[in-house]
Amino acid sequence: MWRNLGKLFRYRGLIQSLVARELKARYRGSVLGFFWSFVNPLLLLTVYSFVFIYVLPRVKPAPVPGAPVVDLEPYALFMFCGILPWSWFSTALSEATGSLISGGNLIKKVLFPAEILPIVTVLSNMVHFLLGLTIVGAFLVYYRRVPDPTDLLWFPVVVLTQLVFTVGLGLILSALTVHFRDIRDILANVLTFWFFATPIIYYIGDAPGAEKGWTKHVLDANPMTHVIVSYQEILFFRGPIGHWRWLLITGAGSVGLFLIGYWVFDRLRDSFAEVV
Amino acid sequence: MTAGSVQGRTPAIELAGVTKIYRRYGGRHFATLKSALLQRSILRDLRPNETFSALQDVSFTVAAGSTFGVIGRNGSGKSTALKLVAGITKPTSGVVSVQGRISALIELGAGFHPEISGRENVFINGIMLGLTKREIQRRFDEIVEFAELTEFIDAPVKTYSSGMYMRLGFAVAIHVDPDVLLVDEVLAVGDEGFTHKCLDKFAEFKRRGKTILLVTHSLGLVERFCDDAIWLDGGRKRAQGDPKRVVGAYVTDVERQEELFLASSDAKAAESATAHPEPPVGPVHVGETMDDMFRVGEGRWGSGGIEIADVAFLNDQGEATHVFHSGEPLTLRLRVRASQPVQDFVFGVGIFNAEGVCVYGTNTDIEEYTGDTLTGDAEAQLVIGALDLVEGTYKMDVAVHKRDGAPYDYHRLLHTFRVKSRLKDVGIYRPRHEWRFSGGVKFKART
Repeated sequence: MWRNLGKLFRYRGLIQSLVARELKARYRGSVLGFFWSFVNPLLLLTVYSFVFIYVLPRVKPAPVPGAPVVDLEPYALFMFCGILPWSWFSTALSEATGSLISGGNLIKKVLFPAEILPIVTVLSNMVHFLLGLTIVGAFLVYYRRVPDPTDLLWFPVVVLTQLVFTVGLGLILSALTVHFRDIRDILANVLTFWFFATPIIYYIGDAPGAEKGWTKHVLDANPMTHVIVSYQEILFFRGPIGHWRWLLITGAGSVGLFLIGYWVFDRLRDSFAEVV
Repeated sequence: MTAGSVQGRTPAIELAGVTKIYRRYGGRHFATLKSALLQRSILRDLRPNETFSALQDVSFTVAAGSTFGVIGRNGSGKSTALKLVAGITKPTSGVVSVQGRISALIELGAGFHPEISGRENVFINGIMLGLTKREIQRRFDEIVEFAELTEFIDAPVKTYSSGMYMRLGFAVAIHVDPDVLLVDEVLAVGDEGFTHKCLDKFAEFKRRGKTILLVTHSLGLVERFCDDAIWLDGGRKRAQGDPKRVVGAYVTDVERQEELFLASSDAKAAESATAHPEPPVGPVHVGETMDDMFRVGEGRWGSGGIEIADVAFLNDQGEATHVFHSGEPLTLRLRVRASQPVQDFVFGVGIFNAEGVCVYGTNTDIEEYTGDTLTGDAEAQLVIGALDLVEGTYKMDVAVHKRDGAPYDYHRLLHTFRVKSRLKDVGIYRPRHEWRFSGGVKFKART
């Protein structure tokens, strides 16, 4: 396993060109080309803003004496800080899950380290995410909400945590999907639940029983909660990041998940060329 | 690493006691996680429970700088052996060792992405095959020129014809400059001209002391091109050594198998025809029979006054066989039995090729034999001194009938034999011939 991990490092050139190819191929032949990277999240944002500002406006909880009042305006920007990383996560995970099957030709006919396929899908979606961030930046400038520079130092940590977490999960799922084809369908449903179990379109403190009770446990046990909340704290909320302990725990857990994922992948590796 | 300087003795590829067992997982096509969870079989489903051995205890070494041919029927384990050497799959037991950089021409252009240009695909494919960007840069023009795609290299690969696609894949793979080149039946990729270019490239590889492992059905190529050959059959090594000898042994075996197959299908056809005998036909109008000659499928019918009990094709040793070489003698032997003495009888035969064209037909009446009496058991032989037919499968009609055509026993296309020929000439008839030249005509010697 360690030797294979080392080999993976030597393939970074290949990973790089495959990510570039993935990005080029995606927009080749479409009218807007590369601008889809911006248009997609913008459209998503428009829809969510419409629904949650005009159709289902947020009910402000009765002010609790002593507790700080959380201001979620502009709400669209708040949601956007969560939706953007979430779409990276969910798209990358569902694409990575099927990546070994769609790349079957490579695994069967070319000597090729198979883990590159899920990794490339996660990375190319990360590039989309980073491009989409420029829109967040534009909004921040528009609303004159420049984030705290010390907060911004945490930003790479969040991105890295999410990357390692997604890759780890992607490795497990892609390897198992070779044997169990319905994982892809199951995953699509799980992701829908997961989306609502993560404080993306609502503020974590607004969840009923968020202070104590089972909702709190569910939210705390969800690694994506800590990733998304960290993004919100860095980009949206003013003041120092209060969630960094949870973020570091999630980061450590993600590294663990990645190692487990790689181990599972490595164990099943020899069966890919025969089953795919 | 074996460079060109260390030719000869050192093995470039070595397989020692290699067995490859393919696992079938649960005898199912694809499991679903749902069923695995419901039946609590998730770990069991990840474990193979049905096996199929593609290679069994196969050992061979390929000396560095030599060209090695692998032949055998479909499913004999050739491609498995190649994949093991390429490292795409791992042997179940035994050791595979390869010295030097490998390039495998197994599936050409396997990593091409249809949406992006040929140029970008060359780079990515090259990197996949182990080249660095700079190395590709240096060889790029050569690759494109070899693939004959200079004009189209910036068009997306999805617009390429399958020939162009294959050529580009081949060009990239061959310019990896491997020490060991693995080739799996890919020479059929282009037109005649491109195939020649590929063969030239192989010859160049050979001259430069590179090792080539060639898996192919083209036996001529093995004979012409290889220094050593192996014949795999059902996952086992059947023969290894001089290519001519190995190919010869293989061809003989293929003919023997064909013989067995034809014999059994003949027996089956005859059996099914006798199992459902047509009701004895009454007087048959000649016109109808003539019509039938060109229309009906195989079968057997007749009034039964004379029965054809046995039909055999004999070779020059008098042995029954179904496979003949073009130009060899063939004797058709009919054993017949008459229930009562018969005065009006004619023996007839017709030879049909695979398209159903009557190659030749005759009978004893046409050839001016007038029947006198036929009683009890009798035998008729048609001796063909030289079977001058082109290669193919032929079916034969044999019949005993009255002079007016009314059949006693008619076997329609029930008997099959196969003609093999070294030459791939075509047509329905092969006249005895030779070429003669004079004046300023000269031919090159063929090896």
